[in-house]
Amino acid sequence: MSVLINKDTKVICQGFTGAQGTLHSEQAIEYGTKMVGGVTPGKGGTTHLGLPVFNTVAEAVEATDADATVIYVPAAFCKDSIIEAADAGIELIVCITEGIPTIDMLYVKEYVVRKGVRLIGPNCPGIITPGECKIGIMPGHIHQVGKVGIVSRSGTLTYEAVHQTTALGFGQSTCIGIGGDPIPGTTFIDALELFQNDPQTEAIIMVGEIGGTAEDEAAAYIKEHVTKPIVSYIAGVTAPEGKRMGHAGAIIAGGKGTAAEKFAALEAAGVKTVANPSEMGIALKELTGW
Amino acid sequence: MNLHEYQAKQLFAQYGLPVSEGVAAKTPKEAAAAADAIGGDKWVVKAQVHAGGRGKAGGVKLVSSKDEIMEFAKAQLGTNLVTYQTDEKGQPVNIILVETCTDIAQELYLGAVVDRASRRITFMASTEGGVDIETVAENTPEKILKAEIDPLVGAQPYQARQLAYKLNLNPTQVKQFTKIFLGLAAMFEDKDFALLEINPLVITSEGNLHCLDGKIGIDGSAVLRHPDLQDMYDPTQEDERERLAAEWDLNYVALDGNIGCMVNGAGLAMATMDIIQLKGGKPANFLDVGGGATKERVIEAFKIILSDESVEAVLVNIFGGIVRCDLIAEGIIGAVEEVGVKVPVVVRLEGNNAELGKEVLRKSGLNIIAADGFNDAAEKVVASVGGA
Repeated sequence: MSVLINKDTKVICQGFTGAQGTLHSEQAIEYGTKMVGGVTPGKGGTTHLGLPVFNTVAEAVEATDADATVIYVPAAFCKDSIIEAADAGIELIVCITEGIPTIDMLYVKEYVVRKGVRLIGPNCPGIITPGECKIGIMPGHIHQVGKVGIVSRSGTLTYEAVHQTTALGFGQSTCIGIGGDPIPGTTFIDALELFQNDPQTEAIIMVGEIGGTAEDEAAAYIKEHVTKPIVSYIAGVTAPEGKRMGHAGAIIAGGKGTAAEKFAALEAAGVKTVANPSEMGIALKELTGW
Repeated sequence: MNLHEYQAKQLFAQYGLPVSEGVAAKTPKEAAAAADAIGGDKWVVKAQVHAGGRGKAGGVKLVSSKDEIMEFAKAQLGTNLVTYQTDEKGQPVNIILVETCTDIAQELYLGAVVDRASRRITFMASTEGGVDIETVAENTPEKILKAEIDPLVGAQPYQARQLAYKLNLNPTQVKQFTKIFLGLAAMFEDKDFALLEINPLVITSEGNLHCLDGKIGIDGSAVLRHPDLQDMYDPTQEDERERLAAEWDLNYVALDGNIGCMVNGAGLAMATMDIIQLKGGKPANFLDVGGGATKERVIEAFKIILSDESVEAVLVNIFGGIVRCDLIAEGIIGAVEEVGVKVPVVVRLEGNNAELGKEVLRKSGLNIIAADGFNDAAEKVVASVGGA
């Protein structure tokens, strides 16, 4: 078992023939992801990386029966691309692109929620079930089939958590990068619910950061609904107020959204928190007795 | 990206919202001439900086002669205005807004933000205008009225009326408020606002609603699709190093420590600052070189980090997902050679081509301290500046 994706998940790529789409589709195919085609308007009927290219997502779904799509199109066109995928009947949309205007995401998020379609991202590394399916830009080789579910707002900190749990031999069930934007398609709560219900996932690492209240909302959810052990790290203890720290969503505004607040909320919910980001794996070992 | 008050008011005027007649002047002479153009015998002169608290800092004045306007403009232009919202250096004043004077009967507050939890543009209104709204929200949250905009339906007139009646406005003012509310909601979406504040929205002595101040923040991700707003960008209000970094697509934020940081990924960059502090050191900056780090960008990143004279050591922390560690290694070598890096450089490479990257660094013969893991890197860099 895993969450959202597995070895049978049929994946297409929007922005397939572009530089990013090409590079990461090659790596996904190499990893064993069941890539079944791609979409680039105007290049329908051609072949790329040995796979069929379609003009529209609807045509791609019709021909390949794809379940999931990964989007690498430029930020200005992502609203269109995500809604196109949702309308074409895709169940899982993974959007890697950074820099989508927030107003666009307000529409998009509302639209996919009302359609009942799962969106991961944007501005994220994607999702991977080690040994089965990799959708996104994460380096496949650092992962290991295993029992830890990882959810994070940051790409590189997801890799840190993966690296640490691989080094200790725990491996990962599924890793979900929910992205660093203010309006994410999938939230911590969504991911925690999936991990709680997944038999393969025995423990969870949750990596948050400053800005917004997603971690506080997750803490409240954990208290009520999550029984599996959780280790959490929140980035940005040293971040100054009012400055955007790289991610569009990583900003302390009006004294709200500090790391200290989030650490406290998670501690109060029974989560094991670590102040040192290099100790997520060790803390999990101590917590679970593995 | 933030706008000046005079720019915000230009946008308000475009959407038919009531603002004072005003002129943005760059010289004392222009400011005095503005008084003639506007007419009347009383004016308000306001220093234009990207910060609140201007009134208390002496950046706003009620004047009744052209001499007074000249005097104010001469005193303000070319100086830095320090308010409780700026740092100790303050923000440079390059423009003075000269406006007609408004007689105020009551001050209200009207603002809007993108509320992340509800995923809605949320309007906030209050009878407590003219003061720090965060204090009002903290002490008397019941005095903040809210209206959430459904993204698929848009702002509705009833939402404006609901707020207006709770603000105890009379029937004429309710109509005026509705027009202002709908105009602002349209602007917020059309122009990709991140933040909007009219504090105060006043009721004049004649009983009309009037936008007396205006603060607008634009979503940085959306600026590219608004050429009119791009023209409003004022680089003088930005931190010099942050502005330079942005030109190279680097995310840089200055801090007050002595350990420079170059990291890929925003989360890891914050985590690197945190671990330095945890080990007893002080980070000098946040810097995310991004996923597509080229040799040129690494060189520029080094230049920006080292242009901060308090930097005594640099920690490079790279977890290569997309970015190849051997390319980063070449960039580091290029930078050390080109920039002439004199301070210790501790490097931690992990992920994509990490071994090859370490090999490249070893072969360079340069004085680069290789770290074995994240924790070790932090300890080594803190030790290199004699800390902890």
